[in-house]
Amino acid sequence: MALTKETLLEMYFRMNEARFFEEKVAWFFARGMVHGTTHLSIGQEASGVASCMALKKCDLVSATHRGHSQVIGFGLDLNRITAELLGKETGYCKGKGGSMHIADIDSGNLGANGIVGGGYAISVGAALSQQYLKTGRVVLCFAGDGSTNEGSFHESLNLASIWKLPVIFYIENNLYGMSTSIDKHMNIKDIADRAKSYGIPGIVIDGNDAIEVYETIEKAAEHTRSGKGPILIESKTYRWSGHSKSDAQAYRTKEEVEEWKAKDPIKRLRKYMIENEIASEEELNKVEENAATALEEAVEFAINSPEPKVETVTDDVYA
Amino acid sequence: MEMKEMTYKDAIRLGMSEEMRRDKNVIFFGEDIGLYGGAFGLSVGMLDEFGEDRVKDTPISEAVIAGAAAGAAATGLRPICEMMFMDFVTIAMDNLANQAAKMRYMFGGKAKVPMVMRLPAGSGTGAAAQHTQSLEAWLCHVPGLKVVTPSTPAQAKGLIKAAIRDDNPVCFIEHKLLYKEKGDVPIDEDYIVPLGVSDIKKEGTDVTIISYGTILQKVMIAAQDVEKEGISVEVVDPITLYPMDIETIIKSVKKTGRAIVVHEAAKTGGLGGEIAASITESEAFDYLDAPVLRLAGLDVPIPYNRNLEAAVVPGVDEIKNAIYKVMNR
Ligand SMILES: Cc1ncc(C[n+]2csc(CCOP(=O)(O)OP(=O)(O)O)c2C)c(N)n1
Ligand SMILES: [Mg+2]
Repeated sequence: MALTKETLLEMYFRMNEARFFEEKVAWFFARGMVHGTTHLSIGQEASGVASCMALKKCDLVSATHRGHSQVIGFGLDLNRITAELLGKETGYCKGKGGSMHIADIDSGNLGANGIVGGGYAISVGAALSQQYLKTGRVVLCFAGDGSTNEGSFHESLNLASIWKLPVIFYIENNLYGMSTSIDKHMNIKDIADRAKSYGIPGIVIDGNDAIEVYETIEKAAEHTRSGKGPILIESKTYRWSGHSKSDAQAYRTKEEVEEWKAKDPIKRLRKYMIENEIASEEELNKVEENAATALEEAVEFAINSPEPKVETVTDDVYA
Repeated sequence: MEMKEMTYKDAIRLGMSEEMRRDKNVIFFGEDIGLYGGAFGLSVGMLDEFGEDRVKDTPISEAVIAGAAAGAAATGLRPICEMMFMDFVTIAMDNLANQAAKMRYMFGGKAKVPMVMRLPAGSGTGAAAQHTQSLEAWLCHVPGLKVVTPSTPAQAKGLIKAAIRDDNPVCFIEHKLLYKEKGDVPIDEDYIVPLGVSDIKKEGTDVTIISYGTILQKVMIAAQDVEKEGISVEVVDPITLYPMDIETIIKSVKKTGRAIVVHEAAKTGGLGGEIAASITESEAFDYLDAPVLRLAGLDVPIPYNRNLEAAVVPGVDEIKNAIYKVMNR
């Protein structure tokens, strides 16, 4: 299915929403309005949004600690995402999860994960359900480059490969796991090469190219949906911000950051649509404005939402 | 003793650094501990001083961090390894519990496993359920591991040194909320806090409170408050959670006739039950004027919302109420 104008505009809208959201998150933290920590995905919007949008509505996603673009791309409600960030009762997790745990199992969002590599195995299980129940749904498992050094990566890819499970292991390689650059944490250049040892396809893509991300995931979903087993995709991208709230970024140069800022995935999609005469400057400006408005409304919703009642602290431990 | 004021965090770094200067077989590895200085900046500067051979960044691989520490320890080194958050020990657990802890016994007393695993624990940071746990009871339940936890900067320095010098796997639990607490720390390089010796933090005659870690500060406030009302509280900090110096606790309870255990970790299966049982099994039983109480975290994962998070852990008022209860007031 070729990318329609409608889809492209929606993608552009969500990528802008994600960017505005992250900027707002940084703003909240700078003012001490949110406690805990957060991991911004500015710079990774194409990778997070376009990938989710290439799925069918019914498909499942497991997100990471750097998951805001991913859940916005998946189409979760911005109001409830923002409310969760502020720990409000109306948030997706009733204020119990926060930035690192935004989830909506009912709609197939298996949750962001505070455990690096925590998504691999549960994605395998979710894919097993789909295979067993013959739902025709697939699982998109987000993970970071650093997480591929956890044992669960190996165990999960191996199991998924022998059971031919419908899961896409989607690695957002932003060149660093916290302060550790990929050349210091692994002995190979492309994580996709690891696919060989499981006898599954491994593909490297430009994660800042929304079109390439979309088309690759669409094909991968088809592949795994048809019973051919899992697939490993490495999406090369970059995070503009520090790892988390507190990061002096001594491990990388300003030049490197600037270089990647020049590869802004949002500007790139905009340029693509204009050059290919898919949308006009005015149309795209309007989309951006709409995204900004959506965010303002979400922030207002979140701020005006009630705090969870303290008595709820013991709710929901068991079914 | 000559003292210098410093934070709990700096005291741990100083203790580690002194031991690394003293013994070149002490090495240190973990995630982002080098250039970044650790998630909490605890090890800032150590890479510069000791170099990449001795301060080693690892990939995000807790299982091999623990296992490599055990293997290196069994073959001549004295590694210190770090879990960025205590919560991640779950991933390291096989190597810690099935390898490090059992090697010596299983091999008929032939191996020595002098390793230290550092584990930042506790809630109050807003980091939600997977970055806030207090899992000390899991560790204490594995024979072969020692488990220690300092509650002051001075203890932190002396205890990390003792842990490094110990010939067994020692789990060194740190409290994130205490990292910035300041206190006087002996600068003497031979100052150590021996394992297995508890500290009577405050003497008293009416009630014994056994507590450790961050929540000990609340216990001290409660103890001082009730003192004004004529209740004299003795506070015992075990410091070593396993093997615990239970004798000091029993002696104290024989004197006061009342005991309360206070910890942040979830109540069920927590150390409170273990300590309470040890008291009632001992000769202190005959001296008890009230049931031994446990005051602990709620049996829930730690929630994100600030108010909910605070509600999980006992506060000063709850501690005071427990004191009134055993005093029959
Ligand atoms: C099991 C586990 N180990 C360590 C951490 C601490 N931590 C959080 S994010 C992170 C870096 C993850 O790197 P990567 O997988 O590349 O994802 P990125 O942050 O770059 O998106 C680390 C070490 C954690 N949350 N969980
Ligand atoms: Mg990364």
